[in-house]
Amino acid sequence: MTRKQRRLTLIGLAGLVLASAVGLILYALSDGIAFFATPSEIAANPPSPDRRLRLGGLVETGSLAKEDGGVVRFAVTDGKAAVPIHYVGILPDLFREGQGVVAEGTVSPAGVFEADTILAKHDETYMPKEVVEALKKSGEWRPEASAEGPAPKAVTR
Amino acid sequence: MIVELGHYALVLALALAIAGGTLPFYGALRGDERLMAIAPSTTIMQFVFVAFSFAALTHAYLVSDFSVLNVVENSHSLKPLLYKITGVWGNHEGSMLLWVLILALFGALVALFGNNLPLKLKALVLSVQAWIGVAFLTFILATSNPFIRLLNPPVEGNDLNPVLQDIGLAVHPPLLYLGYVGCSISFAFAIAALIDGRIDAAWARWVRPWTLTAWLFLTLGIAMGSYWAYYELGWGGWWFWDPVENASFMPWLAATALLHSAIVMEKREALKIWTILLAILTFSLSLLGTFLVRSGVLTSVHAFATDPTRGIFILCILCLFIGGGLALFALRAGTLSQGGLFAPISREGALVFNNLMLTAACATVLVGTLYPLALEALTGEKISVGAPFFNMTFGPLMVPLLIAVPFGPFLAWKRGDIIAVGERLLFAFGAAVLVVVIGLALMGFSAAMSLLGLALAVWLMVGAASEIAFRIKLFRAPLMESWRRGVGLPRSAWGTAVAHFGLGVTLLGIIASTAWNTEIITTMKPGDTVTIGSRTLTMDGFLPVSGGTYRGTAVRFTLRQGGAVVTTLEPEKRLYTVQNTPTTEASIKTFGFSQLYVSLGDIGADGATTVRIYWKTLITLIWLGAMVMAGGAALSLSDRRLRVGAPKPARRAAPATAVPAE
Repeated sequence: MTRKQRRLTLIGLAGLVLASAVGLILYALSDGIAFFATPSEIAANPPSPDRRLRLGGLVETGSLAKEDGGVVRFAVTDGKAAVPIHYVGILPDLFREGQGVVAEGTVSPAGVFEADTILAKHDETYMPKEVVEALKKSGEWRPEASAEGPAPKAVTR
Repeated sequence: MIVELGHYALVLALALAIAGGTLPFYGALRGDERLMAIAPSTTIMQFVFVAFSFAALTHAYLVSDFSVLNVVENSHSLKPLLYKITGVWGNHEGSMLLWVLILALFGALVALFGNNLPLKLKALVLSVQAWIGVAFLTFILATSNPFIRLLNPPVEGNDLNPVLQDIGLAVHPPLLYLGYVGCSISFAFAIAALIDGRIDAAWARWVRPWTLTAWLFLTLGIAMGSYWAYYELGWGGWWFWDPVENASFMPWLAATALLHSAIVMEKREALKIWTILLAILTFSLSLLGTFLVRSGVLTSVHAFATDPTRGIFILCILCLFIGGGLALFALRAGTLSQGGLFAPISREGALVFNNLMLTAACATVLVGTLYPLALEALTGEKISVGAPFFNMTFGPLMVPLLIAVPFGPFLAWKRGDIIAVGERLLFAFGAAVLVVVIGLALMGFSAAMSLLGLALAVWLMVGAASEIAFRIKLFRAPLMESWRRGVGLPRSAWGTAVAHFGLGVTLLGIIASTAWNTEIITTMKPGDTVTIGSRTLTMDGFLPVSGGTYRGTAVRFTLRQGGAVVTTLEPEKRLYTVQNTPTTEASIKTFGFSQLYVSLGDIGADGATTVRIYWKTLITLIWLGAMVMAGGAALSLSDRRLRVGAPKPARRAAPATAVPAE
């Protein structure tokens, strides 16, 4: 095999691997990613049930209800609209009513957000970026609660 | 006083790094041997001063010197001794100091043990290493000084982040940094070779042990981080495709590719340009990881308090070294000579395939990690790229690579015979098929995907064992003959087989723990019992716990099998009072290679507690496999060939085994 043939084989193989990698990435980017949404956006424009979303906002005070088998229901609000959340699992240590939370999952046809991941803020002063954005969009943002701090801790079901 | 001395030592280390980065470099360009000869001394002294500085900071932590801002922010006098020490690198400033300490350590090791290197190459390598030192020492002194004093010292400190108060902090960051920063050596060698304009098989032989060392520690560091996250964060996952995890995983993939391509270069003088490029890319990915973690562009448990000036500073370092390295590469790569010829089906061909797949997989991880950042910067749209993306991209790329792994070591250099190799792997193939057949008979078609994964793991493990069995003529020659051959086999051959076997073990753990994982989330009161397979778990009651800077509640569970008590488990809910942070401590019991994992949720007023119980089949194999891989690297590292008689460059026709290296 000459140097030229070897080089062509190599380039052909590299091109094949590269093409499949790009194909996989494009396919996964259309399907495997989650977009960020605020409660108002979900209320105004209910997304399709196969779209993965990250929902940011505050846990509505008085909305938290725990049922048997680790089933948790609460609502996430940005001050304008509230979205009911259904989650099975253990909530993060820092989950509190009235404080910031990010939920990841899909919206069921009934309009309930089926979360498989809940992220809560990590200490008394920190608020996840997404929550800040959501509150700014709805005009409920109070900057005094925005001090920097360590990161949110994820809990996946 | 000690604190000021530590600060001063750091400034001196910077001065030494500047001297070590300029004088020997100038000497190497001018051919001045006296200037080149000072490089080892400046490098070793730089290490001594950084080590002193690190010791000074550690001392401040040990005696709880609350006049130092860094100690106030991250320590507490009641903290246990271990966490006072590990707390030194449990924060941004201290962890950067550890980074520089390890950088200086690697430089010093090259200076001490690189006696077989040509004077010019050694001077250039140490100069490049010194430049990296200059950049990061300046970074620490300008933006992240851990020695800042307070005018009015408080009586007590703010305590360390409770999540970090764990033995994992003692092990994970130092190991990971040894891996991350170890990549700087192969980078320095690549840059030095490009400047020198001479790259040959000898170069590959000098670089390989350093790459192997870095890879060994990186493997252990990532595995330790994974196990730490598994038991500390309390939700039983061991890998989250978190950007910070990816930041350590990308250099690992690139370093794995580099390890393999350096073999081709060493044995056959081929793939020179590619190997140099990989060496540059591997360290670039390490720097990128440092940037992602330390700049605050990501939020995670690893991102400490953020400061934009730091991010920009690291970004500048990043651009300087990656840009400079790649520019030099573009300028000089064309002058490098071509290597040997080989057919597509050959050992070289297999290693090229390994490199293609690993770099493609690394690229998908890079895209998945940076895409959300780029999209947000460009359009403001926020997305999150999580496990589904990586399972869809990384997974399919790994499958052909893993299938190919057992073929590699069997193939001959230059031109291999795939049919002959296939015959030698028939036993491994049979074992894999047997796993699928037995599995299907026992579990039916619903488990088909998991069984294929399992078969792949068995294929890897038996395939690695087959290679050794073939080479020592196991069962084809008398056992004594096989034993003699086994002892005589180069350590690097054993290392390859062991590392590939470890890869199979890790895959086995991943597949088994994902497919045969039982999860129970329920509410329990004292006296309640749940059934997990053949065992029962009874909640006995609550007991108070306290220690260090926390107090909390433990729940005692008793595990029984057939009525007999097997063990007790005591998961805890803790409140760290200084930072007012609650944490959950899971209780984990190991049975064989499998684990029972019990974690607590909220404890209700009436004693009704949310409990999460996992049975994770063979999960410990994930980390044991990584340790086996590291063991393979250590075996390979002990190979005689890497220590004695590095060959002189080709044009000086000296015999290959002329002088002992050390």
